[in-house]
Amino acid sequence: MRQEQSMTAGGVRVTLFLQRGRQWLGYLGWHVLCLPVAASCVFPLVWMFSSSLKTQQTVFTDYSLIPTHAHFGNYAKAWMQGRFGIYFLNSLCYTFVVVIGVVSLAALAAYAFSRFTFRGSGLLYKLLLSTMLIPIPGSFVALYIWLNQLNLIDQGAGTWLPRLGYILPQINGGLPFGIFILKPFFDKIPKELEESAKVDGAGVLAVFWHIMLPLARPALGVVALLTSLSAWNEFLLAYLVFSRHELMPLQRGLLAFHGAHLTEYPLLMAGMVISIVPIVIVYLVMQRNIIQGITAGALKG
Amino acid sequence: MLSSRGQGFKPYLFLAPALVLFATFSVIPFYMLTKTSLFEWDGISTTKQFVGLANYVNVIFHDRVFWRSFGQALYITGLALTFQNALALLLAIAVNRKLPGASIYRTLFFLPPILSEIVVGLIWFWIYDGNFGIFNAILKEMGLGAWTRSWLADPKTALTAVAIIHMWKGFGWGFVMFLAGLQTIPEELYEAARVDGANAWFRFRHITIPLLIPVFVVVSILTILGTMQIFALIIATTNGGPGYHTEVPITRIFFSMLGTSRFGYACTQGIVFGLILLTVSLLQMRFQRRST
Repeated sequence: MRQEQSMTAGGVRVTLFLQRGRQWLGYLGWHVLCLPVAASCVFPLVWMFSSSLKTQQTVFTDYSLIPTHAHFGNYAKAWMQGRFGIYFLNSLCYTFVVVIGVVSLAALAAYAFSRFTFRGSGLLYKLLLSTMLIPIPGSFVALYIWLNQLNLIDQGAGTWLPRLGYILPQINGGLPFGIFILKPFFDKIPKELEESAKVDGAGVLAVFWHIMLPLARPALGVVALLTSLSAWNEFLLAYLVFSRHELMPLQRGLLAFHGAHLTEYPLLMAGMVISIVPIVIVYLVMQRNIIQGITAGALKG
Repeated sequence: MLSSRGQGFKPYLFLAPALVLFATFSVIPFYMLTKTSLFEWDGISTTKQFVGLANYVNVIFHDRVFWRSFGQALYITGLALTFQNALALLLAIAVNRKLPGASIYRTLFFLPPILSEIVVGLIWFWIYDGNFGIFNAILKEMGLGAWTRSWLADPKTALTAVAIIHMWKGFGWGFVMFLAGLQTIPEELYEAARVDGANAWFRFRHITIPLLIPVFVVVSILTILGTMQIFALIIATTNGGPGYHTEVPITRIFFSMLGTSRFGYACTQGIVFGLILLTVSLLQMRFQRRST
């Protein structure tokens, strides 16, 4: 009896061992596929960082990933002489304002679509969302003409008008996605909450501000996150609007630097590192929310 | 629902800021786009010359560079639809197996999509460099020195080299969507099939693939629309060159406007290209209506 038991236990152990082995072999196959791809995702960034620490001469000859002399001074040079400090602060400011604009205006509009029925509300909602689905590839030409007529293109004088010319179209561009994420979220919040607040004498705006917005925080966060990613990486509008370096955001500044100093690779690489640090940090901290927001947005749409 | 009487102008108050922006930066530019496409205009002079549909005739029947750029965008799109999305699906299946390190893989695979096209373009510009690029250095190391070249400047390789950068940057999108799709497939289905003696290929072919079809549709449409409108990556790497070898429709529109200062013509190119893309979007809406 005892012997029998231990024999079956041994058998189980052997089959378990075999199963584990097979599992590990299976894993090995998947790792052979995944590892090189993962390495290819990191390598350019690591190499960019390592090149940013080399000198003008060694960067062309020394392919080692860990440079013998790390020139962190390149970052100071890129920040000051390379103007990446200005570009960085500009990007920060533009992204901040665009995010605030998109989140607040989209929340207001989504609330209206969720809680009121009014003439043309269905049609208007569809019209706004259709701009997400229907690409208008030439629209930047017309936008450029129109911004020029509105005096919102950088003509070498004045700072606030071109900055507005860069920010406002981006807020407009982010609204459909914001409304698309927020309206269904508002729909799910029970109306009783508002009704009781209204009985207590709260106005529509107070209800919106004190009840709806706090409840919608997760959805507002997703909108803010994805809007900040796209605002930080925006390039075409920056190319069209700005001609002076002191107004440019990072993406435009990087291309300007690349065009003007083709061989100053360490400084360019330092500038690129400066430009990706905030976004990589945000991504590493918030990746779950970012990926969920993106897949929800795409697969629901 | 609140009574439509008591609400009065309130909803419009909530909508007003969004609507003002939408009217100013979407509706008016759209009107100007269609109108300007009927004119010949250099963007500066106060007079525009009305040319009717001449721009349309020229774009559709005579603009060989434009259609070539369209073909080149199609080539990149074809590569992205097949190679990029197949890789994305395989990687999603791997990570869905919860193999050790899966969460690290997931983090790394979505790293390229969060970087800007300018940054990605400039890194790869340097990787592909003919004299100092790491790509050639690796080839030499492997004894393939004869293959080395200036990848982005060689007419034979430039377009494919750009396509590879684009796919490297883009596969993470398909990856996260396929992964989200795979996670909705109940494990019991696979268990039941396994009990019935179905092998791995059979389970993949008859459970995974059919249940992922809605995701395939979304990923394909997004790949098509995203790749056909590729732009900043080209500007950061080849600027359309060598010759016209890496021109795509959006760079053509861009150069018509800022290069040759033909604003009306640029608008027309945009509209013609937009109408082609519209058919793709309509197909998407149709598919989605059917699947819901």
